[in-house]
Amino acid sequence: MSTTLFRTFQPNQFSLLGTSLLRRRRSNNFSVRSCGSQTTTTHEAKQSSPTRVAPKNHKSNKLDEILRDYEAVIGIETHVQLSTLTKAFCSCSNNYGSYPNISICPVCMGLPGALPVLNSKVVEFGVRLGLALNCDLSLKSKFDRKQYFYPDLPKGYQISQFDIPIASGGYVDLDIPLEFGGGHRRFGITRVHMEEDAGKLLHSDTGDYSQVDLNRAGVPLLEIVSEPDMRSGIEAAEYACEMQRIARYLGVSNGNMQEGSLRCDVNISIRPIGQAEFGTKVEIKNLNAFSAISRAIDFEISRQALLYNQGKADEIVTETRLWEEGAQKTVTMRKKEGLADYRYFPEPDLPEVILTKEYVDSIRASLPELPEAKRRRYEAMGLGMQDVLFLANDVSVAEYFDAVIGKGAEVKLAANWIMSDIAAYLKNEKLSINDIKLTPHELAELIAAIKDGTISGKIGKEILFELLAKGGTVKGMIKAKDLVQITDPVEIEKMVIQVVSENPKQLEQYRSGKTKLQGYFAGQVMKMSKGKANPGLLNKILLEKLNAKD
Amino acid sequence: MLSTLQPPRSLSLLPLRRFRNSKTIVSASSSTTSVISPPQSQILTTRRSLLSGETTAAEIAKSYLSRIRLTEPQLKCFLHVSENVLKDAQEIDQRIAKGEELGPLAGVLIGVKDNICTQGMPSTAASRILEHYRPPFDATAVKKIKELGGIVVGKTNMDEFGMGSTTEASAFQVTANPWDLSRVPGGSSGGSAAAVAARQCMVSLGSDTGGSVRQPASFCGVVGLKPTYGRVSRFGLMAYASSLDVIGCFGSTVADAGMLLHAISGYDRFDSTSSKQDVPEFQSQFLSVDHFESKPLNGVKVGIIRETLEDGVDSGVRSATQEAASHLEALGCVLTEVSLPSFSLGLPAYYVIASSESSSNLSRYDGVRYGNQVMAEELNKLYECSRGEGFGGEVKMRILMGTYALSAGYYDAYYKRAQQVRTLIRKDFKAALEQNDILISPAAPSAAYKIGEKKDDPLAMYAGDIMTVNVNLAGLPAMVLPCGLVEGGPSGLPVGLQMIGAAFDEEKLLKVGHIFEQTLKGSSFVPPLLANVP
Repeated sequence: MSTTLFRTFQPNQFSLLGTSLLRRRRSNNFSVRSCGSQTTTTHEAKQSSPTRVAPKNHKSNKLDEILRDYEAVIGIETHVQLSTLTKAFCSCSNNYGSYPNISICPVCMGLPGALPVLNSKVVEFGVRLGLALNCDLSLKSKFDRKQYFYPDLPKGYQISQFDIPIASGGYVDLDIPLEFGGGHRRFGITRVHMEEDAGKLLHSDTGDYSQVDLNRAGVPLLEIVSEPDMRSGIEAAEYACEMQRIARYLGVSNGNMQEGSLRCDVNISIRPIGQAEFGTKVEIKNLNAFSAISRAIDFEISRQALLYNQGKADEIVTETRLWEEGAQKTVTMRKKEGLADYRYFPEPDLPEVILTKEYVDSIRASLPELPEAKRRRYEAMGLGMQDVLFLANDVSVAEYFDAVIGKGAEVKLAANWIMSDIAAYLKNEKLSINDIKLTPHELAELIAAIKDGTISGKIGKEILFELLAKGGTVKGMIKAKDLVQITDPVEIEKMVIQVVSENPKQLEQYRSGKTKLQGYFAGQVMKMSKGKANPGLLNKILLEKLNAKD
Repeated sequence: MLSTLQPPRSLSLLPLRRFRNSKTIVSASSSTTSVISPPQSQILTTRRSLLSGETTAAEIAKSYLSRIRLTEPQLKCFLHVSENVLKDAQEIDQRIAKGEELGPLAGVLIGVKDNICTQGMPSTAASRILEHYRPPFDATAVKKIKELGGIVVGKTNMDEFGMGSTTEASAFQVTANPWDLSRVPGGSSGGSAAAVAARQCMVSLGSDTGGSVRQPASFCGVVGLKPTYGRVSRFGLMAYASSLDVIGCFGSTVADAGMLLHAISGYDRFDSTSSKQDVPEFQSQFLSVDHFESKPLNGVKVGIIRETLEDGVDSGVRSATQEAASHLEALGCVLTEVSLPSFSLGLPAYYVIASSESSSNLSRYDGVRYGNQVMAEELNKLYECSRGEGFGGEVKMRILMGTYALSAGYYDAYYKRAQQVRTLIRKDFKAALEQNDILISPAAPSAAYKIGEKKDDPLAMYAGDIMTVNVNLAGLPAMVLPCGLVEGGPSGLPVGLQMIGAAFDEEKLLKVGHIFEQTLKGSSFVPPLLANVP
């Protein structure tokens, strides 16, 4: 299942929640989006914009000048591996370990005489994703064969959809994080189609031979093709991030990039600003992190802009380039000699896919609230964009937050608790929000107890960690530990008088102008009260006593 | 239920005189016409003799195995004969001894075309690229046969991957026609047809993509039944052209072919193109002759397809077809001539579609996972050599044609246009079958020709498919049954009549075919080869 955003989501330099991946590379590493809360900006230096990675030997200020004259046009093909129980066209398990060729059968091995049978879940997931991306659905679509030879493709063709995809003509809305300039974007979705994955080749260390692992062969995919609507690495990375978010919200995929469950191929060209026609398109592969998408695109923009600028635009050719994470650059993988001819034709082994209106309506009715709707709702609640993005980022966190406010907790307070202390706890313990013992109801209770003064904020934080780890009720814990806040001025005054009288030296220093010592006195009183004294009252009474002329 | 097919007591029912005024037609047993009894179902005969204890499954199996031993050196019908035939038969006998219930195919010896998967038994589609390949599963049709007590005798020879009309395109051997060893048995299911004709097995499975069951049935003088597309699961049939392929049945009688079809029919969840249509109990159609009324086919509307009797059809074939039509008329049928305007368009459309699909279906034979792999230094060489050495000439030609037809820029002119023709052909058939219960035509423009005669002339061979390919394009059921003999070979060559029915109406074909067969006098379609074989 999806772990939380706190561990696996993406590098984030702004929050406590940054991953090791982030720190592995460079200190001024790029961040796709901020999950940070207001309490977590101290971890690493705050940066206002991502670093553009430029080819070596070029002064970056000169490069920036050149870049100003060009516009990038970016489209993304996203492959989402579906989390169905079985493969797309056979009953093999879709959940296999690393041991090769254990989840295979005559169908996904392409044995003679074996025939594909469509897993209806694939259609359901296709419809779900199509609806979530605001697409038109094809009530009558079909499968086609995409033909090419490769050892990881057992049948010599991939069952895919060619001219009639299950969904097309949609769009996705998203918000750019503030630190990247903020703003709302809408990117077009050209199409969503169903297809099967290929196997994997394992190459021997010596390079003498290769072996084929067909566990992945026949695993269902949805391919999402975007319109060429993106203009920067950030936009592209945010788009990919939103695809992951939507896939996870819908429960159609775990969306893990590292495992290859979400794969993005980027198509990019640049053109002088003002030019209408597109430049030569280059495809970039091997992008297995959102940060890689952004950096690869920025690198590619720079590379192409420099070539343009040096009058070498003809060196930009239609090709597939590979992102090299180590070298932080793209390199030629293969030049395309003409257009590949896949000889598509309708798959004769499978009937057409017919959707009824009732079927589509029933799926539409079962769709969860999607990230965009959540963000707009949170925004309307009065939360700041940073909070909105954090909370809506992970479906489990969003659901938890919704449950807490559903119990009547104040919105801003609930957001703060989740984004600061709980998030930090989850990160330290490497847990998902689904793992914690603190129920949304008890968090709401805790917030209420602090707000109505039953316990102090400090006590609240202390018991929070116990509640997170062990569960239990706020009320029970307050009672068992006798934690009710002391709000009786007489009682507090007693303690203040005692502390003041026990520290004559400090009192003298205070009165001679060292007013900072107020904190010292407050701390002593708080200690005496075992943290239960109401801080406001305490400070008020303390000031009175310290400043009293006796 | 099994008693409906008794040996006839009287043949005087129909005063038809066949083969009048035709010098080209030779009677198989000249003057003895009146004593030839109609052919009997071997499946029912077997069952009867097993149940009565008259003989044992093992005895029957032994007699067939010995006939295979005697005739196989000349005929070469089988690529593989099962080592388990006797053992399987003995198991049936044990069941009989224990009084256990017997499946309807108990002890029935069945030949299976080599492109139909049989678990653990070589299944090569007569191709080098699959030499020694043994599938890990049974085709659904084979599985059903086994469940009903049928015994797989072995794997029959064929044109490689079903591509051919003579069985000469087998990578391993050329099968001879039992009626004349110098002639082809037809194809691509030539081995299955010849094996039934030579009584090497009782019935057999073939596959029919453009006539591969019906044309060899005609050449070998047996009954060949091509069911409606979707009636029989294709799971386990090595695909040639997926939208046209069907598994079909051979028998020496209509009843046998029908009963075998019944056994293998029905929806299969492993084949998404198989149909959920009910499978009727065909057997009720196989009444014994003495239960026939005077005009047993009274009112049945039969359309004879005009375009199938035009130029290019041998005169002997034409007159045999006309004789057969007269026979049907005498049985009470209402005969009319129908025209299918799209008829001549079928052949080119068929070769475009079949080649296109085959170019894709045969991509999986790459030498990587199974079959013959030729080691090479780099990947493309591995493909080139494995496929270059693994496939025969006819297969390569069709892969090339299909690859060309599906290429960007040609797709619309070939594949798409062929699909449009296909729609036209469907429409024409539909209209003709709204007016008629069945349509008839010859099964092939000629009787069996000589081995090697058309080997170097693929277009002439393709032209021989003109009678049958349209039926595949329309997905309809059709049956070919022997209707006469023409001159040639030591004692004449059989000619088949093709009956075409409406989709999923095999029942009517079987009914008409059975009555036709049981009342056809004048020849028994037993090849002369068997005169010297016990």
